[in-house]
Amino acid sequence: MQKAARSIQTRPRWEVVTETAIEWLIRLCGISAILFVFGIFFFVFREGSGFLFHGFNIREFFLSPAWYPNSQSHVRYGALALMAGTASVTVLAMLIAVPFGIGAAIFVSEFCGTRMKETLKITIELLAAIPSVVWGFIGLTVMNSLIINLFGVPIGLNVLNGGLILALMSVPIIVSIGEDALKAVPDTYREAALALGVTRWQLVYRVLLPGAKNGLLAAVLLGVGRAVGETMAVLMATGHAVNIPTSVMDSVRTLTATIAAELGEAPVHSDHYQVLFIIGILLFSITFVVNLAADLIVRGVRSK
Amino acid sequence: MFEATSLTRRKQLSEFMARTLFLLMTLLMVVPLLLIVGYLVYRAWPILSLDFLLTNPKHGMRAGGIWSPLLGTIYLVVISLALATPIGVLAAVFLNEYARENWFTRVVNLAVLNLAGVPSIVHALFGLGAFVLFARLGKSILAASLTLAIMTLPVIIASTKEALAAVPKAFREACWNVGATRWQTIRHIVLPNSVSGILTGVILQVSRAAGETVPIMFTGAVFFKAIEEGHFFAYGLFDQCMALSMHLFTISTQVPDVPTALPYGTAVVLLSTVLAVNALSIMVRIRLRSRRKW
Amino acid sequence: MTPGPMIEVAHLQVRYGNREVLKDISLEVGRNEVLGIIGPAQSGKTTLLRVLNRTLDEVPGVVITGVVKVDGEEVHQVKDLFALRRKIGMVAPLPVGLPLSIFENVAFAPRMAGIRKRSELEERVERCLRQATLWDEVKDRLHSLGTRLSGGQQQRLTIARALSHDPKILCLDEFSVAIDPVTTMRIEDVLKSLRSQMTIVLATNLVQQARRLADRTGFLFNGDLVEVDRTEVIFSDHPASRRTYEYVNGIFG
Repeated sequence: MQKAARSIQTRPRWEVVTETAIEWLIRLCGISAILFVFGIFFFVFREGSGFLFHGFNIREFFLSPAWYPNSQSHVRYGALALMAGTASVTVLAMLIAVPFGIGAAIFVSEFCGTRMKETLKITIELLAAIPSVVWGFIGLTVMNSLIINLFGVPIGLNVLNGGLILALMSVPIIVSIGEDALKAVPDTYREAALALGVTRWQLVYRVLLPGAKNGLLAAVLLGVGRAVGETMAVLMATGHAVNIPTSVMDSVRTLTATIAAELGEAPVHSDHYQVLFIIGILLFSITFVVNLAADLIVRGVRSK
Repeated sequence: MFEATSLTRRKQLSEFMARTLFLLMTLLMVVPLLLIVGYLVYRAWPILSLDFLLTNPKHGMRAGGIWSPLLGTIYLVVISLALATPIGVLAAVFLNEYARENWFTRVVNLAVLNLAGVPSIVHALFGLGAFVLFARLGKSILAASLTLAIMTLPVIIASTKEALAAVPKAFREACWNVGATRWQTIRHIVLPNSVSGILTGVILQVSRAAGETVPIMFTGAVFFKAIEEGHFFAYGLFDQCMALSMHLFTISTQVPDVPTALPYGTAVVLLSTVLAVNALSIMVRIRLRSRRKW
Repeated sequence: MTPGPMIEVAHLQVRYGNREVLKDISLEVGRNEVLGIIGPAQSGKTTLLRVLNRTLDEVPGVVITGVVKVDGEEVHQVKDLFALRRKIGMVAPLPVGLPLSIFENVAFAPRMAGIRKRSELEERVERCLRQATLWDEVKDRLHSLGTRLSGGQQQRLTIARALSHDPKILCLDEFSVAIDPVTTMRIEDVLKSLRSQMTIVLATNLVQQARRLADRTGFLFNGDLVEVDRTEVIFSDHPASRRTYEYVNGIFG
């Protein structure tokens, strides 16, 4: 037995060294996400910070709708109209996407046979995969004509167009996370309710929705985050007017679209350029908070 | 035997109505989309051909095909995923196999989630500030690919983590019991049995990288660039390039008098590529799930 | 070869956070001895075994104090953790076939330890499968998946795997829990054939199994090592503790 015991040597040295190196690489990659998140904040902040601390008028930025970055005489950076643009399109999108998305989530989760469930889930996955520029193109062409013909307005690129497109874009996320939330409601709730003889409708309305409300809220928040951050689709579908909308038929410009439309022409490191980066910081902060909130809510659900 | 009472009938009616309502809501999302896609194909039909794919845009992009944007997209996708996949997989290995349950790990997981939620325009600004300007790469395929890589990283990390977690703990314990190191266990048992899940995540990000416009708009994609037709190595790492997504944007908004079939054709090519890649990922997932070794 | 007991445990305490799982355990296992450990579920048998090869370190929040020596070396201070683990063969309650071929299952440990020559591996695999009495059943399909074997076959495969790295100690943790009685008997015969070559620690919930196989037996109850003595004493009418007598005779447990 002694001879056999000695025949298990330790591994060749180069192998051990390589393994140590790989494990350090793994640790480095592990923290890469933190590095990148900080990096994003750092570099975006860096490009905008010069103007942010010297000459940037915060009151004007948040309270004035006058956005005239290229004016010869009186340059103003009032972003209120842009924020209104983002808000109006997002709100409209959510008003459509939330009921339909949750309705679809309920259907997939509660009323569907397995076969149809697979098909529907795949369809929704494919819906989620459509690139935003294609959505923008759809808004520019199909929705545009539809709105012009249906409502008799001269231009179909407006809040309604952008809102509808954004709704279609946000539905998949609401459906998939909403479905997870409904799945997380313990089967015992369902069994108890059905044993008491309730209808399916009552089951949904009185048991499942309240039971899944945290997860559904998180789903909605993530949908909002998606809508606020979307650029190409709204750039192409909402028109180019910088103004506070008074009806859904008005054209608007969102925060995201403004950056995309104007960054190419703003001279590097000019005030205009830096303000666009400041808008970027604002967007990053909004989506950061929204995603953090959604994650905390979901964590709360899972820990129950 | 049991006669249906009026209560039962009412319940059946309510059940039927609920089912129908929710079914309608679902279909209302799905059916218009199918109609739209059908319409796009219909408008694009005159121009769809192999020639369309292999010819460059001509006459100020009012004629010709989409070869240079198509090639550019291929470059961007391949390079960005070549960068993101190893980092993402190793990061997931760290999170699932090495990290202990403490506050630090929670912060890392949070960072991954937040990275996933960063809007594409902010990625674009980051790419501009960090790669184009700070790292002095200039507007280039390299800068654009790096930007795309960071954007696709979170999903690769998440799907790899899921794939790793699906490997039963008992396997790892059996390996440790016989004196295998952590890395040996990962390399010989865990990773090989996670390939399908990893592949699914990577393939999904192919379609994402191909479809994004904003992150490449300011970091390397350009309105027009003349390259040779049909030649695979026409772009260099530090060149700017055209891209399918960007091309769709420019010919539908920036160029006047484009024959209508052209943008529809570009949209259909982009859309079908993206959907085909996604369908591939789904098929890989289903097929490899059935070939599991335990 | 260092003289002295194969395993030495002195004042071992194991906590998961605030919960004490093992309280002040002290025992010794001589070379080539078979030690049985009996006790009801949740008494700490598994924990005790896992301290020996330090796989307990993986549990988050575990605190281990006391002295644990294997082959004369304190386990928490060895230079090569993996060499320590190779000294100990561990068989878990649930049979585990790695998702590799049967051949690769048994060749895994030597391969990881640095043995790469095909002929050496083949010799080792056959030897260990024979020792585990699995060879005849699988010799014609060594390249089929280990996970497709039956539970009893997978448990014997685990034993072959445990033997493949020439351990000095073989630890078995309730190995018969998930397998049929016939295979259990076969494995007990395997253990009998191995006892002259290595030290065996057998944790079991079947008291009669300890009676059949163990030289000495320890009774672990609720984290306390109530008593440890020669098997005849433990199973006699007068063990040192009343509780031992009650457990052994099925009055509780």
